[in-house]
Amino acid sequence: MSIQGRRGIRVALPFLLPSLLGAALFAILPIGISLLLSITSWTGMSKVTLTDGFLRFVAEHSVGLDNFAAILSDHEFWRALSHNLYFIVLYLPSILLFSMTCALIINAQRRGAGLYRVVYYLPVLTSWVAGSLIWKWLLSPVYGPINNFLAIFGVEGPLWLQSELWAMPSIVIASIWKDMGFYAMVLLGGLKSINTEYYEAARIDGASPLQMFRRITLPLLSSVLFYVTMLSMINAFQLFPQVMVMTKDGNAGPNGATMVMVERIYKYAFRYGKMGYAASYSWILFVIIMAFTYIQKRGEKRWVSYDV
Amino acid sequence: MKTTKKVLSLALVLVLAIFPIFAAGTQEAAKTGVTLKLEQFSGSDATLSGKALKGMIAEFEKQNPTIKVELQTIGYDDYFTQLQSKVVGGNAADVFELNYENFVAYASEGALLDITSLLGDTSGFNETAFNAFNYQGIQYGVPNSFSNVVLFYNKALFDKAGIAYPTDSWTWKDIEVASEKIMKLGDNIWGFYRPFSFHEFYKGAAQNGGSLMSSDRKAFTVNKAENIEAASHMVGWQNDSKIMPTDADMAGMGDWDLFKSGRLGMIVTGIWAFADFTANCPFEWDITIEPGNVQKATHFFSNSYVVSAISKHPAESAKLAAFLAGSKEATKLRVEASWELPPVTYPEIIESYLSITPPENRKAVFASLDYLVTPPVSIQQAEMTAIIQSHLDMILSGKQSAKTALDACQKELEAKISL
Repeated sequence: MSIQGRRGIRVALPFLLPSLLGAALFAILPIGISLLLSITSWTGMSKVTLTDGFLRFVAEHSVGLDNFAAILSDHEFWRALSHNLYFIVLYLPSILLFSMTCALIINAQRRGAGLYRVVYYLPVLTSWVAGSLIWKWLLSPVYGPINNFLAIFGVEGPLWLQSELWAMPSIVIASIWKDMGFYAMVLLGGLKSINTEYYEAARIDGASPLQMFRRITLPLLSSVLFYVTMLSMINAFQLFPQVMVMTKDGNAGPNGATMVMVERIYKYAFRYGKMGYAASYSWILFVIIMAFTYIQKRGEKRWVSYDV
Repeated sequence: MKTTKKVLSLALVLVLAIFPIFAAGTQEAAKTGVTLKLEQFSGSDATLSGKALKGMIAEFEKQNPTIKVELQTIGYDDYFTQLQSKVVGGNAADVFELNYENFVAYASEGALLDITSLLGDTSGFNETAFNAFNYQGIQYGVPNSFSNVVLFYNKALFDKAGIAYPTDSWTWKDIEVASEKIMKLGDNIWGFYRPFSFHEFYKGAAQNGGSLMSSDRKAFTVNKAENIEAASHMVGWQNDSKIMPTDADMAGMGDWDLFKSGRLGMIVTGIWAFADFTANCPFEWDITIEPGNVQKATHFFSNSYVVSAISKHPAESAKLAAFLAGSKEATKLRVEASWELPPVTYPEIIESYLSITPPENRKAVFASLDYLVTPPVSIQQAEMTAIIQSHLDMILSGKQSAKTALDACQKELEAKISL
C-alpha cells in the first residue's frame, strides 16, 4: 500500500468508526452468532447471554449439523423453496416490464413528470402492512372491487387469496404494485444518463422508435437493468410481509400455497420455539441467494455493458 | 495525529453517552413502592371485560396501596410472539397470562416462577382448573378463568321450522336432521356451524370414541379408525350434506356474525359469546350441552396468571396473580361482565353467574364440565397444532381422503414432535 493510502486510512478511520462500530455490533456480530446458534437446539425461550458463557452454551446444546440435515430432508423445505421460485418466475419478468414501462412514460413527459414520479413512487413509501390490507380488501372475492369490476363483463373472478391456485399470483400482483415505483426510479436514472445525441443521430439516420429502443436504450441501460434484476431477485427470495398479512397466516395460505422460506424461518423462530433450527434455515437461504447471485454475476459479461 | 485522537475520543464519548439512557428507567419505582407489570390477552375489549379488568386492578391497588399495577393488553394473535421475545430478552412482565396450551412450553423452559408457597389459601379454586397449571408437581400458575364450548341455537328458526329445541340427549344425527329442516326455510339459511379446526377435531374425535394421543400421552394416535371416521363425518357437513356453509359461502363473514344475523340454526362455540349474543341477537336463543356421536365430549379452555422467573418482586406478583384470579372481589366483577367462568367454587359467585339470562339453560355450562376432554399438549404446541391443521385442510379441500391425510399427519408428527 502506498504511503498516501495508509495515511488516507488513518485520517478516514475516526470518521468511519461510528458506522463501523454500528455495523460490527448490529450486523456482523449477530451474523456470527446466528451461525453458531444454527448448530444448537436453542428453543429461543431460555435466556442466552453473550457475556456469560455463550460458547459453553453452544457446546452444551450443539446438535452438529442435524438441523441442516433435518431441513434438507424435509419435504416442507423443498415445497417452500419451490414456492419462492414460482414467485420469482412470475414476479421478475413482470416487475422488469412494468417498471421499465413506468420509467419510459416518465422519461417521455415534458410536463408533469414530477407528478407521475410521485404517483408511481407512493406505494414504495407505504408500509407493507397497510398495503397488504388494502390488497386484501381489493381482492376480496365477494365485496372486493376487482371481482365486482370483472362481474361487469360477466367474468366471475377467482377466490384470489382463498384459492390455492390464485393465492401466489395475488401476492405477485400486490408486490408489483408496491415495488414498481422503486425500480422505475432506478431505471429512470439510467435513462436520463444516456446521451441524447445518440437518439438525435439515430433519428437523422431514419431509425424507428422501436429500433432506437433496441439498439440504443437497451444496451446502454444494461448495467442498470442488471442491477435491478439482481436486487429484485434477492428481495424476491426474502418475500415475507405481504405473505404474512395477506394469506391466512396460521397455515401459510390455503393448503400452504404461500408457504415460503422467510415465512418458515419466522414461524420456527417465533412461533414454534426452534430458534436454532430457524438459524440453520436462514443460512441455507443465504447460501441459495448467494448461489443465484453468483450465477447472475457469471452471466453478466455476456449482456451487460458499462460504457456509456 | 492530534486530530485523530480528538476524533477518536469524541466518538468514544458519544458511544458511552448512549448507555446510561438504557439503564435509567429501571431504578425509579423503588422510592415510591413497587410497580408491577401485568400483561395479558384477555380483557382487551373496551366495554365489558376491559372495564372489569380495570376495576379488578383498581380494587387490588386500593387494598395494597404500596403496589402499583401497570397493565398492558395485547391482542391474542400477536400475544405469544411478543411474549416469547420478551421472555428471551429478559423483559417479561412480572405477571403475565398464559393459556393452558402454551403453559407447558413455558413451564418446561424455566421461564416461570414456582409460586406454590406464595399463593396463600387456594381452597376456593375449582380443582380441575387449578391443577391444570401444575407442571411436574409444581404450581406455576393460577387459573383466572375457564370456559367451555356449548351448542347455541336460534329459537326463532327452530319455531319456524316446527322442530323441537335441542336437548342434552342430542347426538350428531339429531343435529343433521334438524339442520336439513332449517335449511328448507330459505336460500341463505344454514343449519349448523362447526369449523373443521384443530380444536374441533380433537373434540370431534373424542365424541366418536377416538383420541389424538394415547392415554399416557407418550404417542400419537391420529390415524386411529375412530378419528378417520370422525374426520370424514365432520367434513361431510360442509362437503356432502352441506348443512354448514363453506368459506366461500361465508364470503368473509364471521361465524358469530352469521349467527347474529339470524341465518344460522346452530353453532358450536364458546361461552365467551354470551355477552355479544345477548347484546346483538334480535331473536331468542339458548344453549345445550354439545351433542356427541357415540359419546359426549366438551372443550376445556383455561387461562392463567403466571409470574416471571426473573421478576424482582415475586411475593407481590404472586399476590396480584392470586387476587385477580380468585378473590371474591375480582370474580364478582368477572361474572358481572359475563367474562368467561371464574375458576372458583364460592356458592354466591356461582349463583349470581347462573341467575343471568339469556341463556335460560345456563346450567348447561356446568353440566358440560362432566364431559371435559383436554387438548393434546406438547412442548412443541404451536408446531404440532400447525401440522395437524395443515392435514385437516387437505381433507377439507377434498384433495385427500381422511385416511390418507391422517396417515400422513401421524407420520409427520412422529418425525417432528417429541412427546
